[in-house]
Amino acid sequence: MSEQNVVSLIIAEHDHNRISTETLKAVSAANTLATYASSSSVTVLVVGYQCQSVADSVACMQGVSNVVVIDDECYQSPLAENLSSLIVKHVQSRNGSIAPYTHIFSAATTFGKDITPRVAALLGVGQLSDVIEIESEDTVIRPIYAGNALAKVRSNDAIKVMTIRSSAFDLPSSQPEQDCEISAIKDKIYAEFTEFVSQAVVESSRPELPAAKVVVSGGRGLGSKENFALVEQLADKLGGAIGASRAAVDAGYVANDLQVGQTGKIVAPDLYIAVGISGAIQHLAGMKDSKVIVAINSDPDAPIFEIADFGLVGDLFEIVPKLIDSV
Amino acid sequence: MKVLVSVKRVVDPYVKVRVKQDGTGVETANVKMTINPFCEIAVEEAIRLKEAGIADEVTVVSIGDKSCQEQLRTALALGADKAIHIDTSENQTLNQNLPMLIEPLTVAKGLKSLVDLNGYDLVLLGKQSIDSDNNQVAQMLAALMQRPQATFASKLDVKDRTVQVVREIDGGLETIKLQLPAVISTDLRLNEPRYASLPNIMKAKRKPMDVTTLEELGVEVSSHQSVLEITNPPIRQGGTMVNTVSELVDRLKNDVKVL
Repeated sequence: MSEQNVVSLIIAEHDHNRISTETLKAVSAANTLATYASSSSVTVLVVGYQCQSVADSVACMQGVSNVVVIDDECYQSPLAENLSSLIVKHVQSRNGSIAPYTHIFSAATTFGKDITPRVAALLGVGQLSDVIEIESEDTVIRPIYAGNALAKVRSNDAIKVMTIRSSAFDLPSSQPEQDCEISAIKDKIYAEFTEFVSQAVVESSRPELPAAKVVVSGGRGLGSKENFALVEQLADKLGGAIGASRAAVDAGYVANDLQVGQTGKIVAPDLYIAVGISGAIQHLAGMKDSKVIVAINSDPDAPIFEIADFGLVGDLFEIVPKLIDSV
Repeated sequence: MKVLVSVKRVVDPYVKVRVKQDGTGVETANVKMTINPFCEIAVEEAIRLKEAGIADEVTVVSIGDKSCQEQLRTALALGADKAIHIDTSENQTLNQNLPMLIEPLTVAKGLKSLVDLNGYDLVLLGKQSIDSDNNQVAQMLAALMQRPQATFASKLDVKDRTVQVVREIDGGLETIKLQLPAVISTDLRLNEPRYASLPNIMKAKRKPMDVTTLEELGVEVSSHQSVLEITNPPIRQGGTMVNTVSELVDRLKNDVKVL
């Protein structure tokens, strides 16, 4: 155990109403540091507009000792440009105090990936991306080569900046009686060179892909957008989320944000059902840590069968409807 | 408008990499190498900007040992006008030939120096390299330049001194507008890269390639991270084949209890 005091800052991702599940898992990752230090505290930074409820909900999460809220209309649609400057200003305001930040965490979501390296560079430090395990206060494990190798990396920087792969950490427990200080800071930073234009968010009643316990994914084998409905029906029957291979996304069967793989979402549900997916390296990178993998494919030599716990060779158009009826 | 595109030499994405026994890295000797797929998309986009009369000049740059000149030649054959090789052969003895030898922040500093020297209006990069999977350089470069960034771009629209970018985000798509100079990182769906034709490959041999070093660019190679060990991920147990749907459902319900 080191004598160091660990002071963590978590950059919160939220929609101004609710904290994201991925951020909560970053809190869990930060909590693991307590084992390696003489003292550990976790501050969550919530930047947004009318986002008090976000602050309240994260304050009762296990291990969170402070929540700092920066609430202003100019953060309605935060951009990497102003948000990173604001975060860095906040971090630097602590330098010289008794508890300067030693660690900065965010979830490895598109939000975290966009902002965090910019924060690191402004601080003049490196970043550890997509961390799956924290070994000590300065050493982590992260996957490289699409998850085909693991790198044990030590950060030599005074401030360790990292993004957390949420599928590798559990949710922290809720502790409503916990003593957590919520403070507000007023600070306006506008993006000078960037303007938010619009956002098109895909509405869905299904669970979010990275958080779902069951994921049913379809690939090129589905053959058409219409046939992809089979995957949706099975997912709905199981209360799961739908995912897709790159081939299915490129063919226009589903929207991009459902892609599972090295360059899409990384998932690790209890049950992953791959329908008509061959199992290219890039796809496996996004789902091979699922607890149970089921593969349904007409090609008995498809690489997906090498990692599937249960494989069924056959015509998915016969198998999937039967499966829908019998679960 | 002058465009800079950064390309990285990586192990071909279809190669199954092998971790070295001694834990120092993955095997790269006699392994097929290629331009990182995301960088290829960035090159393609720059060439399209040139064909549309928006870009006047496209420069490609790569950081690494001499072997990465091969990827620069490929980018020239695809239509880039000139290449810059930032040779790091001298720096490589610093570390033990581990894959994250030249760190993203160092790459970003090198690119920043080039931007300062040559005044590029737009820097295009891939969103991540498929070897180190960092997804950092574009964001770090934008920070060092104190200029705007658009990461994970799936559509660009350049008008006057602004560029409107559609970005792929977790919930869907986002559109933002940046003032140039700016840094953009490409997602897979930005475009479909072309193939180089034989005449263009021949022509590319005569295009200019400048060689410089991080030292000449005034970049100090600092080690922010140390790679301690590279290991194999845990191997998944080989699975069972089932013959019928009812057998599958039974196993899921009773054996592994996920239904």
